[in-house]
Amino acid sequence: MKDPNFLVGFDKSDDAAVYRLTDDLAIVQTLDFFPPMVDDPYIFGQVAAANALSDVYAMGAVPKTALNIVCFPEKMDLNVLSQVLQGGSEKVMEAGAVLAGGHSIDDVDVKYGLSVTGIIDPRKIYTNVGCKPGDVLLLTKPLGVGIVCSANRVGEASAEAMQQAVRYMTTLNKYAAEVVRGFPVHACTDVTGFGFLGHLHEMLGSETSAVIYGNRIPHIPEAFHYAEEFLITGAAQRNRNFLEGFVEIGPDVPFGIEEILFDPQTSGGLLVSVPGDVGEQVLEELEKLGLPCGIVGEVIERGEREIVVR
Amino acid sequence: MKKTVDATGLSCPLPVIETKKALKEMSRGELEVIVDNTIALQNLEKMAKQMGLDHQLETINENKHIIRILVGDTAGEEARDVEAAPNVSGKTVVVLSSDTMGSGDQDLGRVLMKGFVFALTELDRLPDKVLLYNSGVKLSVAGSDSLGDLQKLEERGVEILNCGTCLNFFNLTNELAVGSVTNMYEIVQSQMEAGTIIQP
Repeated sequence: MKDPNFLVGFDKSDDAAVYRLTDDLAIVQTLDFFPPMVDDPYIFGQVAAANALSDVYAMGAVPKTALNIVCFPEKMDLNVLSQVLQGGSEKVMEAGAVLAGGHSIDDVDVKYGLSVTGIIDPRKIYTNVGCKPGDVLLLTKPLGVGIVCSANRVGEASAEAMQQAVRYMTTLNKYAAEVVRGFPVHACTDVTGFGFLGHLHEMLGSETSAVIYGNRIPHIPEAFHYAEEFLITGAAQRNRNFLEGFVEIGPDVPFGIEEILFDPQTSGGLLVSVPGDVGEQVLEELEKLGLPCGIVGEVIERGEREIVVR
Repeated sequence: MKKTVDATGLSCPLPVIETKKALKEMSRGELEVIVDNTIALQNLEKMAKQMGLDHQLETINENKHIIRILVGDTAGEEARDVEAAPNVSGKTVVVLSSDTMGSGDQDLGRVLMKGFVFALTELDRLPDKVLLYNSGVKLSVAGSDSLGDLQKLEERGVEILNCGTCLNFFNLTNELAVGSVTNMYEIVQSQMEAGTIIQP
């Protein structure tokens, strides 16, 4: 039997679980951890924490407590671990939450992340379905960090591209969440492993379709060049396979943008669906945060194709 | 010029990077890339498509996939291919009705047949089927000089069909080492449906 206070779970592939405590208070719980995608342990800690906190922001909630999840080889230098934890704890602090403990185990590889608990008014939850025809879609961070990190692994990324990727991955979605909180949000999610199109697919559900503007996608400029040079990832291809049949890509969309739209993101931005008439206003506020962002598409009545990129 | 990149054990984007390097060093010819997963194969296919290069995919088994990419003046090559190829559609069927090629001298005939089957493996466009009957089935059994070449053809997707009655007649049914056993109905059908029949 379902507990009536259990409001959001895995059934709709949402970002976190929500449990109602009282009429105006619910807790939001999430957990995320992964192996390093950057060499610097301090930055890895920041990215992993920003990524784990992001699910709470994607629900419209405020993080309150966090617990470390650590896998670390016994024989490895403990200074490395302390830098990872340092990076993580700084992000938790920046989020205004309390790092309340954690658990570590011996493992062959390093992995790190957080379990985060936040609070929200249960009447104001952003689920990731609920887009309405006439909505515009906003993306609060540039895409392409997956391509850049993968190019970096094989020594092909420039220092500048990597710096940009690190900056975007370590930026908390807190600030973007605070901006959109002032507007009517129909649906919201954060863009992570399934890539922009994968998360958009979840958001559209079965009722609506979307048109995406291929020439208005905020992205790391060099990610585009790397993709055009075929520094392409296996994960993006898996996303592409998964979405086969849902997405139609117009002939004018360059290959590089196509790959960027399928590129899995680490600690990606929020993808938000708001009524068309407030779109420009939200964008104006988001732009003040100093990250490349944009109105990337619009929601329409369900058509033959779920997503058309043109 | 033919080249092979073995990208087995490499994860994306490395197979693509290695392939790009190899392509740069080739002016024309065929580049064969072996990978161990379909995702890498799909990424290579995407690249070949984007680069406008002719390519073929083949899956040997779950952990072995091959893409063959044609490099260089392939448009010209294709035009010549069309000219050279008989102007027909449908399958190309090779019929080997004897273990020797031509008549005159048996020993010479055997040498010629060995050369003929080897030459088949070198074709850019492989036949769809090889039918073997009468003493032709002797080419498919253990100890045959052409066994390796027939196996190579089969590995690359060519259907090798041996006449069952003939194998029985020569008492070779248990020696069959390549292809499958077929009957007269299929032998007739294959030739009826063929666009081209090649008989040495």
